[in-house]
Amino acid sequence: MTAATARPRAEAVSSHRELLAKRARQTRGRRRVVNYVMVSASYLSAAVVALPLILILVYLIKQGASSVGWSFFTQPPVPAGEPGGGMANAMVGTLILVAIASLVGLPIGIGAGLFLAEQRGTRTANAVRFLSDVLNGLPSIVIGIFAWQVLVRPLHHYSALAGGLALGAMMIPLVTRATEEMTRVVPTSLREAALALGYTKWRTSLSVVLRTALPGIVTGALVAVARVAGETAPLIFTAFGNQFWSFSPFKPIAALPMSIYSYAISPYDDWHRQAWAGALVLLALVFIISLAARFATRARYGLGGD
Amino acid sequence: MPATASAAIEAPRAEAPPPCVSIESLDAYFGAVRVVRDVSFVVQPKQVVAIIGPSGCGKSTLLRCINRMHETVPTARVEGEIRFEGRDIYGRGVSPAAVRRHIGMVFQRPTPFPTMSIRDNVAAGLAVLPRGERPSRRETDDIVERALRRAALWEEAKDRLSASAVALSGGQQQRLCIARALATSPTVILLDEPTASLDPISTQRVEELVYELRAEVTIIIVTHNMQQAARISDKTAFMLNGELIEFTATNTMFTAPSDPRSEAYVTGRFG
Amino acid sequence: MDSTPVGDRLYQGVTTAFALIIPALLLFIAWEVLRGAWPALRHFGFSFYATSEWDDVNGRFGAAPAVFGTVVSSILALIIATPLAVGVAIFLSEFAPRWLRQPIAFLVDLLAAIPSVVYGLWGIIVLVPFLRESVMSFIRDTLHLGGLPLFSGPAYGPSMLAAGCILAIMILPYISAVTREVLMAVPRSQREAALALGATRWEMIWDAVLPYARSGIIGGVILGLGRALGETMAVTMVIGNRHEISASLFAPGYTMASVIANEFSEATNEIHVSALMAVGFGLLVVTIIVNAIARWLVWRTARGPAGAP
Repeated sequence: MTAATARPRAEAVSSHRELLAKRARQTRGRRRVVNYVMVSASYLSAAVVALPLILILVYLIKQGASSVGWSFFTQPPVPAGEPGGGMANAMVGTLILVAIASLVGLPIGIGAGLFLAEQRGTRTANAVRFLSDVLNGLPSIVIGIFAWQVLVRPLHHYSALAGGLALGAMMIPLVTRATEEMTRVVPTSLREAALALGYTKWRTSLSVVLRTALPGIVTGALVAVARVAGETAPLIFTAFGNQFWSFSPFKPIAALPMSIYSYAISPYDDWHRQAWAGALVLLALVFIISLAARFATRARYGLGGD
Repeated sequence: MPATASAAIEAPRAEAPPPCVSIESLDAYFGAVRVVRDVSFVVQPKQVVAIIGPSGCGKSTLLRCINRMHETVPTARVEGEIRFEGRDIYGRGVSPAAVRRHIGMVFQRPTPFPTMSIRDNVAAGLAVLPRGERPSRRETDDIVERALRRAALWEEAKDRLSASAVALSGGQQQRLCIARALATSPTVILLDEPTASLDPISTQRVEELVYELRAEVTIIIVTHNMQQAARISDKTAFMLNGELIEFTATNTMFTAPSDPRSEAYVTGRFG
Repeated sequence: MDSTPVGDRLYQGVTTAFALIIPALLLFIAWEVLRGAWPALRHFGFSFYATSEWDDVNGRFGAAPAVFGTVVSSILALIIATPLAVGVAIFLSEFAPRWLRQPIAFLVDLLAAIPSVVYGLWGIIVLVPFLRESVMSFIRDTLHLGGLPLFSGPAYGPSMLAAGCILAIMILPYISAVTREVLMAVPRSQREAALALGATRWEMIWDAVLPYARSGIIGGVILGLGRALGETMAVTMVIGNRHEISASLFAPGYTMASVIANEFSEATNEIHVSALMAVGFGLLVVTIIVNAIARWLVWRTARGPAGAP
C-alpha cells in the first residue's frame, strides 16, 4: 500500500508544481495580452474622441468658408429658392438678444454671487446654491416654453424681449457661480484693510472685493455669453425669428442659431450652404469669446499689475 | 486739509484734557471663548504704547477692539468700555466706520489694494470721508505727498505714483500701508506687529518712522519683539492669557518690572 | 452720524433679493409649466405618459413614444459614450505624455462648447447619410442582420441610432471631465502599491484606481444622462420626428425635448399646446431628479476615500 500510494503522490507533487508553473506562464502571458489590449483601447478611445471633433471642424470650415462672403455678413435672407442673401440680420439679432440677456443675467448673477460668498455656510446660501445648480441643469427647451407661457401667450406676439429674458434666465446660474468663486478667493486681509480705513461694509464689498474679483467675474460672464449665444431651443417660440432687419425688442427677431436651424432643415441646397456658413460664424464667435475669457484671467495674474 | 479728528467729536467737559484712549474692564470673546479678560489701562495723547506678550495672549485681539475690528469676525463679541477722547466708541449710534476713520490700523502683512495705483492706495481712505470733509483733487495730491513723505516712501515712489501698488517690495508695501493710514490724519494709529514680515532693513526704517510719528499721532503697537518695544515705546503693557499683567513705563518694564511674570517674560524665561 | 447703516442695509437687501430670485424663478418655471400642462393632464390623466396615440385632429394625445424615444436614445448614447469617455479619461490621467495631455484635454472640452444646432447640422448633412449608406446597409446587407427586430424596418437615415450617436458625442466631454477629475483624485500611493505588487498597468487601473473612482464615474455618467435627456436641437434634426415606438434602431422616433421643439410653433389647438407643455413638465421633473442624483454622487466621491474636497 505504501509503495503504491507513495509513488502516485510523488508524481502528483512534481506534476502539480509543473502545473502551477504552467498556469503561471499562461496567466502571465494572458495578463500581458490583456494589459496590451486595454492600454491600446485607451489610446484608441482618445483617437476616436478626437476624430469627430476634427471631422466636424474640417467639414465646417470646408463647407462654410466657401459660402461666407461679404453679402453673407451684410444682407438679410432673400426669399426661398432664390440665390444670394445672407444672415446679417440674424447676427445682429444674436447681439441684441445677448445684450438683453446680459442686462438681466449679469446684475442678478453678480448680486446673487456676492450674497453666496458673503453669507457662506448659512442655510439660505446653501439652498440658493443648490437651486442655482438645479436651474442650470434645466433643459433649455423647458425654459423656452416657460418664457412662451409667461411672455408670449398673454401678449399674443413673439418678441426679442421674451427671447432675451429666456436667455438671461439661463445666464444667471453661470454668472452666480463665477462671482461666488472669484469673490471667495479675495483674501480677508484685503477686506479688513478697507474696513480699517473707515470703509462701510457695502463699500468694501463693491469698491474693494468686487473690484479685485472683477477679471474673474468678467471671464465667467463671457463664458455665460458664449453659452447662450449658441442656444436655439429657448428662442424658437419666443424670439421666433425674422426674415427682415429688426431692432425692436417688442417684435420677433432673427438669431444666428435659429437661422442655421431653419436653413438646415429646408430642402434648398443654397440654404444648406448658408447654414454651414452660419455655423462657421457661430462657432468662431463662441470659440473666440471662450478664448478671450481664458486669456483675460491669464493676463491679469501674469507679470505686473494693471 | 481735512479737519482734525478731535474737532469732529465733541469732548465732554473735563478739568484735564481726557486721555486719548481709555480702556475699562474690557472682555473680548470669540463665541464662548474669552480671549481678553478684564483689561483696563489708559493711553495719553501723543504717546507710544507697546503691548507685548507670548503668542495667544490676546494682544492682537485687544488691539482690534480699539478700532472695532474685532467685531467684524462672526461670533465675536466685546464687553466693557473703551473711550476715545472721552467718548464711548461702542455707544449707541456710533458707527464703526466713523471710529475707524479716527483710529487707523496697519496690519502684520502689507495689504495694498491690488487694483489701485500707489497714489490711489494712499488716497483710498480719503474717498470715504463724509462729503463735507472730502478733499479736492489738488488737496488730495498734497495729502498723498505728505503722507508718503511721513512714511519715508516719497523718494522711492514719487516717479511712479500711477504704477500698481503690488509692484513694490514688501517693505515698501508696508510703508505704503502706513502712508495710507496716515493720509486721513487719524488721532491714533494701531500697529499690529507691523514689522513681523519684513527684512531687518525695512524693519529699522519702519521703527524710525514710528518713533518720529509720535510727535503728531498717538501710537499703540503690538509686537512680538521685545527689543523693538524697548526701542520705540514710552509705556509698555504686558499681557498673559488674556489678562493685563502689568502696564508701566518702558524703562521700568525692562529693568525693574514689579510682577514676577513680567520679569520672567522680559528676561526671556518663556515666550 | 452717517448714512452707513442705510447703505449697508440696502446692499444686504439687494444682494439677498437677487439671490432669492433664483429659487423664485425656479418655482415660477415649475408652476407655469405645470399650469400650461394642467388642461392636458386633467383630461388624459397621468396615463398621458404611457399612451401612444398622438392625433392632433381629434385631440387625443399620449406621450409614450416621446418618453420611449427619450429613454432609448439616452441609453444608447450612454452605451456608446461611457466606454469612450472613461477610456479617454484613463488615457489622459495615466498614459498620456505630458505634452499631449493639455491639447487632448482641450479638444475634449471643446466638444462641450459646440452649440447643439451645429451638431444637428452636421448630423443631418453628414452623419445621417453616412449611417444610411455605410452603417445601416452594412449591418443589413453584409452582416445579414436585417432580420433582427433591432435592425428591422426601412432605413431612411433619420433614426434612433443617429440620435444616439450624436447624443453620445455631445455628452462625452461631460462624462470624461468628471472621470478625469476623480481619477486624478485617487492618491498616488494606491497606484504605486499595486505596481509594487507586480500588477500590470491595466491591472493597477482596474483593481486599484477604478474602484476608488467608481461612484464618481457613475455620477459623471448620470450627469451625462441628465444632459442627454434635455438635448433638443441636434436630436430633433436627426431623429426623424415620428410618433412611433419601434424596436428597431433604424426607425425614426421622437424624444420629449424634440417633440416640443418640432410641434410647438404649429400647435393648432389649446389641448395640443397643453399636451406639449405636459411633455415639458415631465421632462422638467425627470431632469431635476437625474441631475440631483448625479450631483449627490459626484459630491459624495469628492468627500469620500479619495480625500477632503
